[in-house]
Amino acid sequence: MSMDQVAGFLVGLFAIASCLGAVMVVLTQNVVRMAFWLIVSLGSVSGLYFSLHADFVAASQLLIYVGGTVVVLIFGVMLTASGPYQQIRSSPGETVVAGGIAVLFLALLASTVLSVDWNGGEVPALAEGYNPPEQGNTLRPIGLALLGARPDKDLGAPAEESLSTGYLLPFEIVSVHLLVVLIGASYLARAKKRSEEDPDS
Amino acid sequence: MPVALAQTSIRSAVEQFGPGWEVVAFVVAIGVHAALVMALFGLAPFFFIWAERKVAGRIQDRLGPTRVGGAFGWLQSLADGVKLIQKEDLVPKDADATLYKMAPYLTCIASLGAFIVLPFHDGWAAVVADVGLFLLFAILSLEVLGIVLAGYSSGSKWSLFGGIREAAQMVSYEIPLAITGLIPVVAVGSLNLSEIGRVQSGGIQNWLMFNDPFTFTAFFVYFVVATAGCKRAPFDLAEAESELVGGFHTEYSGMRWSFFFLAEYASMFLVSMVAAILFLGGWHSGLPFVFENGLNEKVVGLFGNASVMGLAIGPYVGKLFGLKVLILKASALVFVQIWVRWTLPRLRIDQVMTTCLKYLIPISCFLFLGAVAWPLILFTATGGPDGGQTRWGRPIGEKIAPADADEPSKPAGGRTDDEVAALDEEAAP
Repeated sequence: MSMDQVAGFLVGLFAIASCLGAVMVVLTQNVVRMAFWLIVSLGSVSGLYFSLHADFVAASQLLIYVGGTVVVLIFGVMLTASGPYQQIRSSPGETVVAGGIAVLFLALLASTVLSVDWNGGEVPALAEGYNPPEQGNTLRPIGLALLGARPDKDLGAPAEESLSTGYLLPFEIVSVHLLVVLIGASYLARAKKRSEEDPDS
Repeated sequence: MPVALAQTSIRSAVEQFGPGWEVVAFVVAIGVHAALVMALFGLAPFFFIWAERKVAGRIQDRLGPTRVGGAFGWLQSLADGVKLIQKEDLVPKDADATLYKMAPYLTCIASLGAFIVLPFHDGWAAVVADVGLFLLFAILSLEVLGIVLAGYSSGSKWSLFGGIREAAQMVSYEIPLAITGLIPVVAVGSLNLSEIGRVQSGGIQNWLMFNDPFTFTAFFVYFVVATAGCKRAPFDLAEAESELVGGFHTEYSGMRWSFFFLAEYASMFLVSMVAAILFLGGWHSGLPFVFENGLNEKVVGLFGNASVMGLAIGPYVGKLFGLKVLILKASALVFVQIWVRWTLPRLRIDQVMTTCLKYLIPISCFLFLGAVAWPLILFTATGGPDGGQTRWGRPIGEKIAPADADEPSKPAGGRTDDEVAALDEEAAP
């Protein structure tokens, strides 16, 4: 048994756990139990990223999906549920439509997986052990790319070529989008209060 | 990911046996790391629960625990644990049994998981991750899930209220927690907790808390927010025994109940460790002439270069001393949390939300902006580390540009005039 096999075993374990969680989300009818299986599924995806040495993506996955989205989901259910344990029953029509979409998506995924040459290409070697910042494998490339600089692409490139923009534009779009959502949410919260006061005035 | 704590000892030692042993080395290293982290996860609450009862007793003019394990009752937590294991494990009739049984484990796993990336000395962590602090906050944010699920699945209105309060409180308090945690990161330029600790070596003036006025204030804001994040009084609205019986853990008994408290005290210790690393110099004592360069040097010198199986004893003892310093600092902060709990009255839920949304978030945003602008202002006012002219009237790009920006004759590349002259002479013929 070699280290590659150990890593492969871990990847397989997390992959099975994430698939199992996803299947259980579909099969469960209780909303909060669904949320629990969603935690299992999304947490295992994060584990997959960890075992592939993508720490930043894995931490983002935990923070945004498991720690953020699922908490908001459960919070919403707790605030809005009419009965003690809210159930969701899907009609046969919904099952057919969802099943069709799932099959199409599976076909897309399968075609992508089959078109990849899994044996070719060089895998960049990871620095072993504890990494001081000057050795690379740090977050600096991501941080610089989010600020719009791509030294990994632009350094050493011919001078007449224009500079890469990195991810500055998507980053700005996302931040403006979030600002709009925040303003919209506070507007909705205020409007509700005003309409309650109207009958009194 | 790199496994750093035992890498220089156990793993390399076992790998000496031959090529086939690397998996064994890997498994042994994992086992040692896991055992150390789990031991700390268990022992920290063991000690702090006793401390809580003792401090509470003293503050209320009582003695606190006195009998179990001698005059100070320091084995009280063990007695509590034995009692809790013997209790009946009840599941209420209206509860969603699966989720109800699962919720305490979720809380515990999240709290334990965050210990994985916590460094106890430079490189002494189960996992040294470049995204250390980000990862730690991400894992810690999962703790709320277990508590919310516990509140929801208990089938009791008190539990439900406790769960809703906890969700609302945590979703709000995570924002200032992340922002104040970022302020020292801005000062250091790294998310790696080992590196954040390393830059604070030397005297007490090198602690990030004393880096600038913004990090100084940020420490106190962080500590308030972290206390609220562990749902400690005066922010313990999720329990609020005077209003909600016991909040989210009303229906729990025995070991499941104690798992929540294991997680709570472990998180208190965890956020205090993070505060010590981010703001209070980490494993550095702050008095290098007394400890690191004085006393410690002698101890390290005592062992010389003696080593066992790839493990150098002298540096190991030195690092052990740093570990003790770090744990002492964190314990002092936990003591403050306990002290605050038995001194201040509990806030109302609307006051808790107002404190966060109207005060702590704007304050932390202001501190963050200030911490970002501080180097620029300092550079402009003093003219840089070389002590050149002040640059008030310049455009912003020139304020932070290197000193040769206002001396066009000086060539780039850091060569002195003499070197350039020498190069010119070589090039001339």
